Order: sequence, then C-alpha cells, then structure tokens
Amino acid sequence: MHAVGTSVKRKDGIGKATGQTKYADDLQFAGMLYGRTVRATIPCGRLVGVRHDFDTTGFTICDHRDIPGRNLVSLIVDDQPCLVERDIRHVAEPVVLLAHEDRDALLAANVLLEYEEQAPVFDPTASQHVLKELLIEKGNLDRGFASADVIVEGTYRTGHQEHVYIETNGVVAVPEGDGVVVYGSIQCPFYVDRALRVMLGGQRHVRVVQTETGGGFGGKEEYPSMLACHAALLAIKSNRPVKIIYDRVEDMLATTKRHPSIIRHRTGVKSDGRITAMDVDVVIDGGAYVTLSPVVLSRGGIHAAGPYRCANTRIRGRAMFTNTPPNGAFRGFGAPQTQFAMEVHMQRIAETLQMDPVKLRERNALRPGDLTATGQKLRDDCSALQVLKEAVKRSGYRRKSKKYAGTNRGIGVALFFHGSGFTGSGELKLGSRAAVECTESGVRLLVSSTEIGQGTRTMHAQIVADALGIPYEQVEVAPVDTSIVPDSGPTVASRTCMVVGKILERASHELKEKLNGMAPAEYFRLRGAVRVDKQHVPPEWLRWDEERYRGDAYATYAWACDVAEVEMDRDTFEVRPIRITAVQDIGKAIHPALATGQVEGGTAQGVGFALIEQVVMKNGAMVNAQLTNYTIPTTLDTPAMDVVLLENPFPEGPFGAKGLGELPIDGPAPAIVNAIRSFGIDVREVPATPEVVMLAAQGSRPAVERHVDVLTYGAPVSASA
Amino acid sequence: MRTATSTLDVERPRSLKAALAALARDATLAPMAGCTDLYVAVNFGTLDASRFLDLTAVDALRRITMREDVLVIGATATYSEIIRSRHVRKALPMLVEASRQIGGLQIQNRGTLGGNIANASPAGDSLPVLAAADAIVVLQNTLGERRVPLTEFYSGYRKSVRANEELITAIEVPRQHGAQWFRKVGTRAAQAISKIVMAGVRDMPPRIALGSVAATVVRATRTERALADGADIGEAARILGDEIHPIDDVRSTALYRRTVAMNLLRRFWADTMPA
Amino acid sequence: MNLTLNGAPVSVDAHPLKRLLDVLREECGLTGTKEGCGEGECGACTVLLDDQPVCACLIPWAQCEDRSVITIEGLGDAHPLQQAFMDEVGAQCGICTPGMVLTALSLGPNPSMERTKEGLAGNLCRCTGYEAIYRAIQSVQAHKAKR
Repeated sequence: MHAVGTSVKRKDGIGKATGQTKYADDLQFAGMLYGRTVRATIPCGRLVGVRHDFDTTGFTICDHRDIPGRNLVSLIVDDQPCLVERDIRHVAEPVVLLAHEDRDALLAANVLLEYEEQAPVFDPTASQHVLKELLIEKGNLDRGFASADVIVEGTYRTGHQEHVYIETNGVVAVPEGDGVVVYGSIQCPFYVDRALRVMLGGQRHVRVVQTETGGGFGGKEEYPSMLACHAALLAIKSNRPVKIIYDRVEDMLATTKRHPSIIRHRTGVKSDGRITAMDVDVVIDGGAYVTLSPVVLSRGGIHAAGPYRCANTRIRGRAMFTNTPPNGAFRGFGAPQTQFAMEVHMQRIAETLQMDPVKLRERNALRPGDLTATGQKLRDDCSALQVLKEAVKRSGYRRKSKKYAGTNRGIGVALFFHGSGFTGSGELKLGSRAAVECTESGVRLLVSSTEIGQGTRTMHAQIVADALGIPYEQVEVAPVDTSIVPDSGPTVASRTCMVVGKILERASHELKEKLNGMAPAEYFRLRGAVRVDKQHVPPEWLRWDEERYRGDAYATYAWACDVAEVEMDRDTFEVRPIRITAVQDIGKAIHPALATGQVEGGTAQGVGFALIEQVVMKNGAMVNAQLTNYTIPTTLDTPAMDVVLLENPFPEGPFGAKGLGELPIDGPAPAIVNAIRSFGIDVREVPATPEVVMLAAQGSRPAVERHVDVLTYGAPVSASA
Repeated sequence: MRTATSTLDVERPRSLKAALAALARDATLAPMAGCTDLYVAVNFGTLDASRFLDLTAVDALRRITMREDVLVIGATATYSEIIRSRHVRKALPMLVEASRQIGGLQIQNRGTLGGNIANASPAGDSLPVLAAADAIVVLQNTLGERRVPLTEFYSGYRKSVRANEELITAIEVPRQHGAQWFRKVGTRAAQAISKIVMAGVRDMPPRIALGSVAATVVRATRTERALADGADIGEAARILGDEIHPIDDVRSTALYRRTVAMNLLRRFWADTMPA
Repeated sequence: MNLTLNGAPVSVDAHPLKRLLDVLREECGLTGTKEGCGEGECGACTVLLDDQPVCACLIPWAQCEDRSVITIEGLGDAHPLQQAFMDEVGAQCGICTPGMVLTALSLGPNPSMERTKEGLAGNLCRCTGYEAIYRAIQSVQAHKAKR
C-alpha cells in the first residue's frame, strides 16, 4: 500500500500548464448574456429611487421584486438580502442586476440610485450592534492573578486581509428544467445549492457544478452563493445563460475579507515564566451582515489562549456589526488574528521577565494530558514541544539571536496550533457523506470537496487506493456536480483530508470487503455496479457542550513553530523577510509535495499579512481596491522557506492525518513581528508596514494605534477592546 | 474591462513627419506608446481621451545614441532597451537602476521613457533621475523643435508645458560628473508604485531630485545650495525636510515620506563620499 | 491584420484598440491567457511578444501587426517546463501557470536563482509561495544536465 506518503503523479493532468483547463470565464454557451451588478454607493441609508437612464431594449433587468422565493442569501442566519429592498447597510450592496448580450451596451447602461443617507457606524468598539458574543471560562481568574508575580497587559491589532485569488469570483447560470444549473468558481457547491433553492423557492430544479477554481482561501466559501443567486435570477428571467465575472476592482470592493481584530490580553505570570492567569478580550469587525462571523469568532476565541496551558483562563469575544461589506472566511478563520496577539504577547512577557522567549514557551506549552482553555484533555497527538524544539534547533535560533543582536537582522519565534475540522459538534451536525463505486476501469470516488489548488483530487485518490489495496492509477474522481456527488460538507476548516478523507477510507474498507478479493473492474463486469456511501462518524470519545463552550473543541489539532529571520533598512524602516523555518506536525503527509506546497503557500500569505497587505478603508469602502495599491508578495518579497513536516499521527485520521490547509498561515505574522521586536521596536500590529515600524520606533504607541485604526476603520476607535 | 474600445479611434503613422502632421491636423489626438498606464485607464474606464496617436510604428523615436557627449534617448525607447543599452549603462547608470525597478519584466518590456515623462505623475520613477541629471526634453511640432529642461517641464500636478500639437521626441542628457545614486521605496520589494523616490549626483554642487513628495518631481535646490555652501549633512537634511511637501495618500503618509527623504539624503551623502 | 500567432501566419480581424488579451480569448478562441487584474500587476495574462514577456491586458491589438505572439497554447504540451510545473507542484490552482511558464521560458536555459526571482517578479502566485515554482524551473535544468 504505497500511494499514501508518496508524491504521486497528480490527478489534474497537464491541463493547468497547457492552458487547456477551463475556468469559469473560459466557458461559453450559445446565446449567453453578460451580467452586471449595480451597487449602492453609500454605507448606510435607504434606497428611495431607482431610475433606468438608458434604452432598456435587449436588457434583462432584475431587482428584489423578481425574486421568486425568499430575498435571502441563505447561510447561518437569515439576514443578508440577495438584493436591496430598501435598507442599505454597506457600500457595494447589490441593488439591481442587468444582463445583455453586448458588453459595451451593458457597460453604458446608466442606472441611477437615489438615497436617504443615515449615519454609518465604522468603529467596531463603538458599535451598538453585537452580532455574536462568546465566553470561554476555566478555573478562577482572580485566584490566578493573585498568585502571579507580574501582570503583563497589551492590546494587539490586525487589519483586514483580501484573498487575491488570482482568478476572481465568477459564475455562469444556465436555465435547466424549471430551474437552473450554475457553473462556477466555488469552494462549497452545496452551500450554493441551498442558497439557490431558498432564493428560487417552489422546489425548482437546482444543480451546481464546480469549475476549475483559481484559488479560494475561503474567499469562495460563502460569497459564490450571492453571485450564483444573481446570475440565476437573470438566467431565469431572460431564459438565457448568464455569465457574471467580477473584475478585480469589483471583487476587492464588494466581496468578503478577513475580519480585522482588536485583542486585549491581561496575563499573570510567575517570575519563572509560568502563566497563572489569562484574560483575553477579542473584538472582530463583522461588517454589515452575519455571514460566518459567529464561527470566525468561535474559532478565534478557542485559539486565543494559544498552545499553552493555564488553569485560570477567561476568553471573551464579540463580533460587531459595522456599515462595511461583510467580512468572511479567510484561511485561518479567526486563528491568525488571535494567535498573532497571543504570540506577540508572549514575546512581551518574555521581554518583561527578561526571559528567553523559547524557554517561556517551553514552560507553558500544552503537553499530552493537559487541558486546553475549553477543558479538552489533549492526547498523544499533541506536539507543541516537539515542533518548538525542532524549529529552534533547525533554525539555529539561539546562535542567531546572539549573532544578530545590535545588527539590522532580527530573529523571532511563534508557536501555534490549529484545530482540524469544524468546531465542537459542527462535524456531527454536517453529517458529511462520501462514496466510492466500482467502474469498468477501477473505482470512482464521489465527494463534494473541491479541488482549489490544494490537491484534493489527488489526496483523496491516494487514500482510496491504499484503503482498497488497488493501484492509484485505477482511482478516478467524480466531477463535483451536486446532481452526482453526495454532500461532503464545505471545503474549509482543514477538514478535506482528515474528515472527508476518513469517510472515504471507511467507505473503501467496506467496499473492499464486498469485493472479497476481486478487482473492482472485474467485479463491475461480472456483478454490475456497486457503491458504498458512508457518513461521518465523530470519534466516540468526543464531548462538546455548545451551551457552556466546554469540552473537545476539535477532534485533533495540528501543531507548528515558525522561526522568522528579517532584515531591516534603518533608513526606510522596510523589513525584508529573509528566511522562515516552518516546522509543522500534520499527522501524516499523504502527498509530501502537496503538503509542503500548503505550508509554503500559507506561509507566503502569512508574510503578506505580516508586512505589506493593507486594506485602506474610507467611508466604509476599500479605497485601494486594485492590485497596484493592495500589494501581495512577489518573488522578491517572499523569504527562503525551510519546511519540515513532522508526523505525530491522529489515530482517527486517515493514515493518521490531521488538518493542514490553514495551520501554516497562523505563524508567520507573529514570528516576523517578534523578529522586529528584537530590534527594540514595540510593534503590536499587522501589517507592520514601514509607516507602522517608523512610528513604533519613534516610541509613540498612541500614534501607532491611531495610524492603524484610521486605515482600518476610517478613524481612531473610541475605546480599546 | 470598463471601456467600450469599439468607440475609440487610433491613427498609426509610420514616420515622425506623419505623426506630427496628424497632431497638427487634430490636436485632440492623445499620443500613445507602451500603454502601461493608458491601458490601465482603459481597463478601469477612466480614459479622458477617445482618439489616439500610436507612436510605436515610428522607429526613429526608439533609438538610443550618443551625440558627442550627450546621451540621446528616443521617446519610445522601452525600459528594457534602456537597461540593455551600453550608452545608458556608461553615461547614466542611475537610469538603468530606475528602469530595473519600474515594474516586472512585462512592464519594462513595454513602458517608455517618453511615456513616463508625458504621463507627468509625481511618482514617475525616471523623473528624479532625469531631473538630477539636468536632462532636456526635446519637443517637436510641424514647425520645428524646442528644448525644455525637465526641471521646467512641469507646470503643476499632471500638467506640463507640452502643447497639444507637440510630441516629446527625445530626452537629451548632458555628460554627468560625479557619482550617481538612486533609491526607490515602494509598497513592496518589486513592481510597486513609489512612496518616495530619489536620485542624486555627487557633483559640485550636488544635484538632488525627488518624486512623490510634491505635486511634481522636484529638485531640492535649497538643500543643494546648502551642501554646496558647506553645510553639514544634518543641517542639509533639516532643510530638505523643510523644502518638500509630501502628503498622506492611500500608499503612505507625509510624516513617513519626510522622515525617509531626510534619511535617504544622509544615505546618498555617505554612499557617494569621495574615496 | 497580419501577425504570427504561435508560429503560424494568421490574419485576424478586430478593432485596433481592443486588448490583445480579448482578441486572443475571443476572436482566436485561445482561453489559456487569463485576466487577473486588468492593470498589468499580476502577470496572469503574460504572452510573448517577439519573444519578450508582456501583459496582454495592456496591449492594443494594432501594435501586434507583423509581430510574433506566443501564448501558452503555442507550447502544446511539449515543453519540459510544463510537466515540471505539474510534477513539482509549481502549479496548485493553475490560474497563474500559463503566464508563469511563458515568463520562465523567456529567461532562457539555466537561469540563476537571482535571475529567476527578478524575472518572475511580475507574475503573482497566491498559492505556492513561489518555492515550488523555483523547484520546477530548476528541475528542468537538472534534467537537462543529467542528459
């Protein structure tokens, strides 16, 4: 059984490198129309008039009145309309949809919106509107602080981050039956399926087909539901295929981003570094609608105490509404924000105690048998100390710390973890399904998990091949079409390998029993079709109390330690990352090259988050919504990367695998900021742009915070969290 | 794509004479060459012209030559051609350095020096180099040609003294004396619009020019004079901080630009210290 | 208008100021060249114009007259770089890959790491962090060196 653990030839073929692979905008249909979205230009108010200031011949025009079912983008809470009826809650909220076969005519169509403006709220700390609150409590905080020798406090900030998948959001909706089929750049086809059914109502036919997707990172988790509803409305009204592809500016302006955060820590420590009390307060800006903010808050909150043990912990969180475009899923999903705060805070604790930052982490790192903040007892698959030791050794951290002191080079460390799969009872509620069936050439696996570059097809095929004991070449992957595949849940939350892969493994084992030694193709020829469907079963020991937020938050965690080396230009305060050593325990590397790719790619996104990716907001809109002004790392901005994959298996994962996709992005930002701190510069924010580093070097914390808040929220915030 | 390109017109003359004649006939024609800025406007729907004069078929405008001591760069020479030119490498290495940082290969292969000058952006990367080098812009129309020092070419934010029927045909750079120095600070290491850009020539008096710190590229004339008069570099930096007028914008802040400009002046002075 | 497209002389009719990117994808039916930003920042639309990498989103059709344009389709599936990108996982989602391969091609054989990084600075990738792209490019050199 040898596909797993080997970097086998990928199932994608060569199409991505020859230009033959088709993405959403490459699809053409006879009679196709192009669609355009007319959007609100104010952050808060009421729509009082819509005028079509153009010749409407040949146009299909939709507004909320054309919605046959419910005017809703169905997700967790039913609050976000598909099209504005009257209330406007953010700039770029969609109001009117147009379609025409001529793109020039579409462009020239002048739709005038009239408003009654109302006072918008941009400051999440001043907002009266709480989207969701969270409380995680353990032990006795007062007692914990009482036994501390030193108390260290601090406030940390992270800004928005924009996904910048190189392929923008786009779909094509085609009338089919009494309903529609939507092809598109989609991470979660069944989310889109459900949203379409709710919006269309009346039991109409709905089918969703994922096209090859040019990057997702969470940015195509929930947003495509909105886009698909829009295209479907136009397609049904016109009875023609309708293609809507956002250009980069529209995509950046209107679609979701990472939640910005303001996180306050108050920590009691003994003089030998042991943490006795942790009090954390997390505020995230949800934007104008709920979307996935409660879950971001949840994951962020659970990770807010970092990979550390502390008997007395309180984590409070709130997600606040503001009049900005709703924020949403982005790789890491709250954990990059809260672990940034935790790890920079640990650095400051080390500085205060004049203690080695590695020793401080060693002293407090979670070990098997320890309890997390939610009271989860960790098992042998906890690897905090292993990754820390390996990263420190491999990077030469101690030697370099000494060598770099007083120079323009710095080195910093971050220890972090990431829960795999949905939080708490989430996986149970999802009840994901996967199937395997025999074909005339072997076996076909059926999942709704999407290939978005991370290697889903290949990795699932490897698991099925080895679980069945057949050659990898005989396994094919069904196209992700909701009329063909079962609902395996969304392609998010680092669950595609660990959770869905496990279901496939179990299905394969059962199929293997049925085959009873016969080759699948032979069985198919002689006995006909056979298919095994299986549903997710959580580990029998998993206990989670949703009411009190206590228990086994995740079936397992992946663990990592990043060491970042940087160089600073003292004239310009530019910080250049030179090297990142990333030691990551992922349980089992099913495909080592793909797994390494996830670490390297996530690390690069973390570098961008740390240093150069700044969303500038003014009056509730992103004013740098173009790639010239929102810059992501180029080949000259990324450091050399030394990736080490450790394998401390999760017994209930397929071949021991844990989740991997998000872990890598949690570490680079604090590791880099901790390296900057080694220069004696008090940075507590990302992105740590040269402007921020300069202000921090000049010594004024209020000036740094003011600068950052003006960029993120448009004005200084009224109160720290 | 937010422009209906089918509504636009273009003329594509094969000679300079034909190009100038076209402009004389219709001064609303907007000259175009590498299009690295123009087509961003096409893509974003922010064009303010609809009739264009494509200069890329006029070979005479692309040449890079030496005329005795003077380096003559044709207006439509691309950055890649400038980088490869042994004339430029010898006579004006700071322009090679600036060209390398102007964008990725794709932009270097298309963007032109004339375009950078005509575009009149205060952030144009080549402009401080040309200003510090005392370069001369050669303008032609059907009646003849005139020469304008680059330092007198701009009359305000994105405004130049070029008349509508004139074409920038070349940039002439006199022989340089003294070490050349260039530094661009962008929003990231490569392919970035500058937050601040500075060029200097350690001649006596020194010549120092900056971009992104005012409505146009500027020569730091008071700073140059102070240094020539023997002021120490700390005092000169203070004067520089005083004579530039940076702003806050979507990429950076006035405070950052001012602080860094002063630091870069010190760096220029130290780096070009005669041995 | 006449030009050489992927090695063959062709005549294609399109408005002179239409973007080369659109003429390729529409009139020529070659969808391998992708639009990522419309401002020459991402390099997803990179093609080779007279063997030099350029952004097709910034090029007016008229300027391609009598010149050579090579798109990713011009490589077929024959170039070792293409298989190397798949084998070394230099392509994850693949949307930047056509542009990346063409720019890499223009760097010539055996580019140094420094030249590779500088040469590819105009091609953004969001998936890989670039490391696997370097491995893909270097593996072709290594492969050639073995022979």
